[in-house]
Amino acid sequence: MQQNCTCSIQGLDMATTHHSTSQSGLILAGINWSPYVVGSGIGVLSWVVFVVVANPIGITTAMSEIAGGLAAPVVGSEAVAQNPYWARHPLRLNYGVLFLVGTFLGALVSALVARTWKLESVPSVWRERFGPSITKRYAAAFLGGTIAMYGARLAGGCTSGNGISQGLQLALVGWTFLVVMFATGLLTAWLLFARTRAEPET
Amino acid sequence: MFPITGTAALVLAVIFGFAFGWLLHRGKVTDYNVIINQFRLRDFTVLKVMITAIIVGGVGVLWLVDMGAAKYHLRDANMLAVVLGAGMFGVGMVLYGYCPGTGAAAVATGSLHALAGAFGMMLGAMIYAYSFGWVTSAILPVWSLGKVTLSGISGIPAGWIFVILIVAAAALFAVVERRSAMRG
Repeated sequence: MQQNCTCSIQGLDMATTHHSTSQSGLILAGINWSPYVVGSGIGVLSWVVFVVVANPIGITTAMSEIAGGLAAPVVGSEAVAQNPYWARHPLRLNYGVLFLVGTFLGALVSALVARTWKLESVPSVWRERFGPSITKRYAAAFLGGTIAMYGARLAGGCTSGNGISQGLQLALVGWTFLVVMFATGLLTAWLLFARTRAEPET
Repeated sequence: MFPITGTAALVLAVIFGFAFGWLLHRGKVTDYNVIINQFRLRDFTVLKVMITAIIVGGVGVLWLVDMGAAKYHLRDANMLAVVLGAGMFGVGMVLYGYCPGTGAAAVATGSLHALAGAFGMMLGAMIYAYSFGWVTSAILPVWSLGKVTLSGISGIPAGWIFVILIVAAAALFAVVERRSAMRG
């Protein structure tokens, strides 16, 4: 039943207040912050990290190092140490890994404080198109995660590291990444969801 | 004084990460439906957050670099790798419903399918590590332009590029807000 949790009173509350809050703007006390406020917050956070730690926001390098740590018990730590990628990026409690830990904790505390923490297996937009099967949703998420991560490493970063951190420096990599990933993302969403009947649910 | 390194930087990493995760959740981009509806052009939250972050962050960092308080951290434009990687990323992100950062944050808010995707991300990173030798010899050197910026290749000063971006973003946001207001 847990996939129906989005229908709880809390979920309805959030859905109905979303649009009005984003228009009235600067309400920081509420659960829903205006996307412009959140974007500005990430921008200001970028100023701080560029000056204070000289380390732009990024996620996937740390994830690759953690993947090396997880691979070690399977293929042996010897093999991991000899791998040309993990030799360059060994798993340590370094800045990037701790930033990722902080990201997890920040979202966790925010959700707990806002009382929106809930288990979700099949989100509503997916369920409307593909039905309530948990297996189907997990399989798509797993496959998608695999492809996205390989792509992010190949491109040199994800939405955060490449899109935002390189984009704000006007780097060619960042803007190429943003344009190409939006193009294939739009195409994929069209192929996956074109058959869903019209009206949005919020 | 800056940049701070060593143990102090590790403490700051958790604090800065915490702020980032908090912002992602409050901005609703830890919600699968919000991200997917961006790619279906029904909800522009994701673009509003990203474009605002790039403009606010970019103008500030430009000024800080001019003041000598910060340095740029540009990556090499290995164009074949970026195009292929970003192309895969868009497909994977829509199948998953999250990008790596919002996925990690979504796991923290109770999304179990985001966790399933996180295991996929671990597999993707392992496949990359094992293909890294091939990637560095066959993909990265193709159409490799070095640390280039939009202002470097166009000759337009960075400040003016931001002026253009701000005007374009304001126009886009105005259209999107009017559309969502009409929809009620």
